[in-house]
Amino acid sequence: MKVTIVDYNSGNISSVINSFEEVAKNKVNIEVTSDLGKIKSSDKLVLPGQGSFKSCVDALNKIDGLTEALNEFAINNKKLLLGICVGLQMFADVGYEETETKGLGWISGKVSKIDNQNGKFKLPHIGWNQINIVKDSKLFRDIENNSHMYFVHSYEFVPNDKNVISATTDYSSNIVCSVEKENIFGTQFHPEKSDKIGLKIIDNFINL
Amino acid sequence: MLKNRIIPCLDVKNGRVVKGINFVELKDAGDPVEQAKIYSDGGADEICFLDITASNENRDTIYDVVERTSKNCFVPLTVGGGVRSIDDINKLLNCGADKVSINTAAVENPKVVLDSSKKFGSQCIVVAIDAKKNGDKWEIFTHGGRNNSGLDALEYAKKMEDSGAGELLVTSMDRDGTQIGYDVDLMNKIASKVNIPLIASGGVGNLDHLVDGIKLGNASAVLAASIFHYGKHSVREAKEYLDSKGIPVRV
Repeated sequence: MKVTIVDYNSGNISSVINSFEEVAKNKVNIEVTSDLGKIKSSDKLVLPGQGSFKSCVDALNKIDGLTEALNEFAINNKKLLLGICVGLQMFADVGYEETETKGLGWISGKVSKIDNQNGKFKLPHIGWNQINIVKDSKLFRDIENNSHMYFVHSYEFVPNDKNVISATTDYSSNIVCSVEKENIFGTQFHPEKSDKIGLKIIDNFINL
Repeated sequence: MLKNRIIPCLDVKNGRVVKGINFVELKDAGDPVEQAKIYSDGGADEICFLDITASNENRDTIYDVVERTSKNCFVPLTVGGGVRSIDDINKLLNCGADKVSINTAAVENPKVVLDSSKKFGSQCIVVAIDAKKNGDKWEIFTHGGRNNSGLDALEYAKKMEDSGAGELLVTSMDRDGTQIGYDVDLMNKIASKVNIPLIASGGVGNLDHLVDGIKLGNASAVLAASIFHYGKHSVREAKEYLDSKGIPVRV
């Protein structure tokens, strides 16, 4: 099996690479590339993302044919894909960070700024928060409800269809922190930085 | 509920831990990677490396340390000390640092904060503020506390938030190394002034000081070095203590 981490200059992906390599050891081949052919021939894709929604979408668009390749992989061929942080946010139709920017449109909804209740809550939402698992997801196999995950974000994904939500977290409001729609998975938190429990989620994705 | 974080900090010089945990089971007490691993296994919410390498020729040693640590520790890793430019930040991030803290360079050239947060995202830009009390205000010091910039700490903190800093790491120069507790007045004043999280640093001598940093200083996270060294307290003990005082922590 080949798992590919999409390298599209979306910021720092070293930790994502390190964590997948740690989990995969030598059983699974982890590739890090922006090569369209390699992406298409992968069994699973990981779409990381750091920085702003706009900067990530711009970075995707800078690589000729990448968005089409991702569409073919996830939508036409229904192969397994995991989006992390802004990687998840880009599933949306639209994001409002910096300026209104069109997303991949895979899961209908928008990405907007977390309501910090007039400064009562600090932003970014940084640190360890518990997840409320609301859907029986294979991604959470052997993960206890209320487990702590590491977050760092100021924007949240608000999907139109609440059935795609697999976990939420409580901050200034109830924030969607994991989604699942058929073959498409996403986490707002960083499993690659969430210690052993985060590595277990990565292991679950590799074993899906 | 978001938890308050406990961040052990290790001083690293020429690729080696200067102070550090002095446990008998350590194979190599000076190896930052092994120490970081002990902290993360013990429940540290993040790990911080402060590179205090003085000579330029040995500056590259930190990159190797960061690279090896990030392959072994799967909690966030912040690296600071001598970070001058976008290029320095880029190199540290590529080696596996999750956040980079900028101190002197941010005072001398605030554009570094603006440019780096635009390029890499605010989530990985921590501005380190070294402040010292002067009358009824606090002033910003640079170069490891040697130079007084004359800048007002509160105004500077706000400016750094506006420039795109994701977090502020605030150290009281009056308290650093004294073990008499954080300057909670300074922490609280800055925390009230900005909307980004504050990490309190400088002066921790016992576990109650950590409680004070959060309860009185309004810090989102508390950083400490010496109380975790030499096995005085483990990170787990610190967390259990905070938990017993009603502070939300990841246990």
